[in-house]
Amino acid sequence: MSATTISAAPSRTAKPKLHLLIIWAALLTAPAWMGYIGGYDALASRILVFGLAAMGLNLLLGFTGVMSFGHAAYFGLGAYGAGFVLRYWVHSTPLAILCGILLGTVAGVVFGALMMRRTGMYFAMLTIAFGQICYYVAYSWNSVTGGYDGLRGFQRAPLDLGFTVLNIRDNGVLFYYFVLAIFAVCTALMGLLLRSPLGRTMIAIRENPRRARFLGINVERHILISFAISTFFTSVAGALYALLNNFADPTSLYYVISGNIVIMAVMGGMLNFWGPLLGAAIFVTLQDYISSMTVNWMSWIGIIFVAIVLFFPSGVLGFLRRRSASK
Amino acid sequence: MSMLEVRGVTKKFGSLVAVNDVTLTVEPGELRAIIGPNGAGKTTFFNLITGFFPPTAGRMFLEGRDITNVTATDRVAMGMARTFQITEIFPELTIRENIRIAAESAMGLRMKAWMSGSDTARVNDRIDEMLVATRLTAQADRLVGELSHGDQRSAEIAMALALRPRILLLDEPTAGMGEQETFQVAGLIRRLHRHANYTIVLIEHDMRVVFNLADRIMVLTEGTLLAEGTPQQIADNAAVQAAYLGAAA
Repeated sequence: MSATTISAAPSRTAKPKLHLLIIWAALLTAPAWMGYIGGYDALASRILVFGLAAMGLNLLLGFTGVMSFGHAAYFGLGAYGAGFVLRYWVHSTPLAILCGILLGTVAGVVFGALMMRRTGMYFAMLTIAFGQICYYVAYSWNSVTGGYDGLRGFQRAPLDLGFTVLNIRDNGVLFYYFVLAIFAVCTALMGLLLRSPLGRTMIAIRENPRRARFLGINVERHILISFAISTFFTSVAGALYALLNNFADPTSLYYVISGNIVIMAVMGGMLNFWGPLLGAAIFVTLQDYISSMTVNWMSWIGIIFVAIVLFFPSGVLGFLRRRSASK
Repeated sequence: MSMLEVRGVTKKFGSLVAVNDVTLTVEPGELRAIIGPNGAGKTTFFNLITGFFPPTAGRMFLEGRDITNVTATDRVAMGMARTFQITEIFPELTIRENIRIAAESAMGLRMKAWMSGSDTARVNDRIDEMLVATRLTAQADRLVGELSHGDQRSAEIAMALALRPRILLLDEPTAGMGEQETFQVAGLIRRLHRHANYTIVLIEHDMRVVFNLADRIMVLTEGTLLAEGTPQQIADNAAVQAAYLGAAA
């Protein structure tokens, strides 16, 4: 099989199941071993958050074949939406997440509908432009967003389950598992989506938009749906990001974050369902290590990214998969 | 009522007149062949019929309904299915998955993020039916990209059939094929026409295929309609012989 093997197609081997086992075992035990490799709980949570953002983007990028360089907008709006609730309204973590998702996804649907009038390069440019609009609004609207300093002065609230209270505010490990639970639900939804007619339509558009059109598939409409779904998952990640940091700042909307999310998806392997998670793990970990050594961490990431794209064009996971398939 | 009616269609690309005032009427159950030398505007004519791009002038009707301004996607919903000169499939998927995408589309399941058991069963039934019709059952779970050219063509036709079209448009279905594969695909088209009673319009270079299969033939040269009639009439037509068959000999 070539590099563009589709992980969403029904598997004919047991191998993908082994993948799943490794991934979930690693994620479930992360707090236990993160410390030994120089990590910490918040780093593990950050990997999950960016992994989710990149997997969300990848529904559009890898599975529908449409570029977006503006997904930071929905990530950042998710963060601000959650922050607004905690800062101005009620002390409720679930409500904060819901409002973050709502803000990010509504923006995704509205902007998406406007951008859908253009295709290809123009579409990609528009995704950046809409992202930057969000950035400048957050940057300038001092009284509401806190401007350059970001939205501060809020904390995620402990989770009241009725019979017990999970103190995710002060317990980093507990918060990690909270993020992991949401991550699990989201990836399950994405997996189901890709196995549904809607998911197959997205793959059909990626594989051959002309054929798709002549099978009676309204390509533009389905790209919009894919875009909206992808902004939904990215805004979930954004809301979790605000909870993780206990603040939301304009850089979370900045186009650099959009680029980082794309880099994560490409590095890990955008034709693989789990590729973006691996990419996020590599990116976030490298960022953490290298930025403690040098302020020029971005150039190192850049070099590593170029090396990965040159030597493993289908991403790290794509490379590993092909190697295990050819054995 | 005619299945397809094309009235005085013209397509200009800048100063080039690719199709010039062509009229065509296809009756239900008819197999119509379009022939002509390279550059005669056959594929452009096809693209006009299927809505790939709009005509500069003229009108088109599918079962009496004006489709001139209907999008390609909506024409599919109205019962028009096509294949391409260069096979257009999803090469990284299996034949079964290729047909599944077409079948789900035709059954209006496109938007669904989940499916009921009965929907799944209906889709699977239609896939199996198409596999049998095109004799691809044995290869159903192979990636389309790995198949022979002839089987890829059959797979593309199976996808078109899964749409349950009222009219099937095939652009050079035997292009680039050897004897064996041409025979295979021509046999499939014959079965679809004779046994399943499909209305078919096809562009074809292979004259044996055309004169064996077609009920009626239209000849295009340089974008204009040169002649139109039964295979016998076309074979006897002096203008056709001079302009087309003569030139080819």
